[in-house]
Amino acid sequence: MKARVFVTLKPGVLDPQGKAIHHALEGLGFTGVQEVRAGKLIELELADSTSDEEIAEMCRKLLANTVIENFRIERLETA
Amino acid sequence: MKSAVLVFPGSNCDRDLAVAVEAVTGRAPAMVWHRENELPEGTGLIAIPGGFSYGDYLRSGAMAARSPIMRAVADAAGKGVPVLGVCNGFQVLTEAGLLPGALMRNAGLHFVCRTVGLQVENSQSIFTSAYKAGEEIGIPVAHHDGNYQADAETLDRLEGEGRVAFRYTEDCNGSARCIAGILNPQGNVLGMMPHPERAFEAAHGNVDGRRLFEGLLEAVA
Repeated sequence: MKARVFVTLKPGVLDPQGKAIHHALEGLGFTGVQEVRAGKLIELELADSTSDEEIAEMCRKLLANTVIENFRIERLETA
Repeated sequence: MKSAVLVFPGSNCDRDLAVAVEAVTGRAPAMVWHRENELPEGTGLIAIPGGFSYGDYLRSGAMAARSPIMRAVADAAGKGVPVLGVCNGFQVLTEAGLLPGALMRNAGLHFVCRTVGLQVENSQSIFTSAYKAGEEIGIPVAHHDGNYQADAETLDRLEGEGRVAFRYTEDCNGSARCIAGILNPQGNVLGMMPHPERAFEAAHGNVDGRRLFEGLLEAVA
C-alpha cells in the first residue's frame, strides 16, 4: 500500500521560500499569482496492515514538525 | 569536570567546541557518536555542536534529534546536567522538544556568516553569569536556518520567565523578537545560533564567547 504525506507550513507561518518562488514567477512574467506556499510531499510504501493512526504517528514523531507544520495523509490503495 | 561533545554525521564544529570545553575544564571531552545509547558515567556537561547533521535532511536537526544518544541527553537534561546547543545544536534541541519553538529558513533566504551583535538579556543563568545584563557582545553566526519562531504565547512566556538569554542587536535572520538564544524552564539547557567557540581566543580576533564557557565552569564546578 502506498501513502502520501503532505507537509505544509501552518497558516500564518512566514514562508520565505514561497515568497522567493512568488517573486521568481512574477519575474518570469506570470501575473495574477496571489501567494505561494512551499511544502513537502513524502511518499511511503507501507505494509497493507498499516493503520491511519500509525501513519499519523509517523507524521507527529518525525515527518512534520507540528510546531510550525501541518500534515495531511492520502492513502493510495494499490491495484 | 567530565564533559561530552556529541558527534553526528555532518557535524563540523564538534572539534572547535571540544577545544573550548577542554580549555576551560582542563580535560578533553568525550566525543560521543550519535549511535551510542549512553553518555559516559559522570558527564557533567553536554555540548551539541554546529554543522549540518544528516545533511539537514527533512528539517535541520530533525534526524539528529531522533538519534539514540538524544534519549540519554534528554534523561541527563531532566536530571539537571547542563546542555549547550550551538547552531545546529540549537536546532537539534528544538526538534527534540528540549527547547520550544523552531528554527526556520532565514527570512532573507541567504546563508548568514558574520559576527553579529548580541545583547545579554539574562545574566543570571549558569551559561551567562560571566556577562553583565544588557551587555553587548559580538559573536559569529554561520547559518541558513536560524530564524527562530514560536507562537506569541510561547514568546511571551520565554520573555516573562527570563528565558531569552541572548538577543540580536539588529535583525539578521528574521527571528521573532530578535531571539538568538533561549533557556529551558529549569535553566540548564541553552540553545543559541551564534558560535561562542568561534570567539574564544585572541587568534580568533574576538574573545567575547570565552566568558560563556568560563562562567559555565564556575557555575557548575
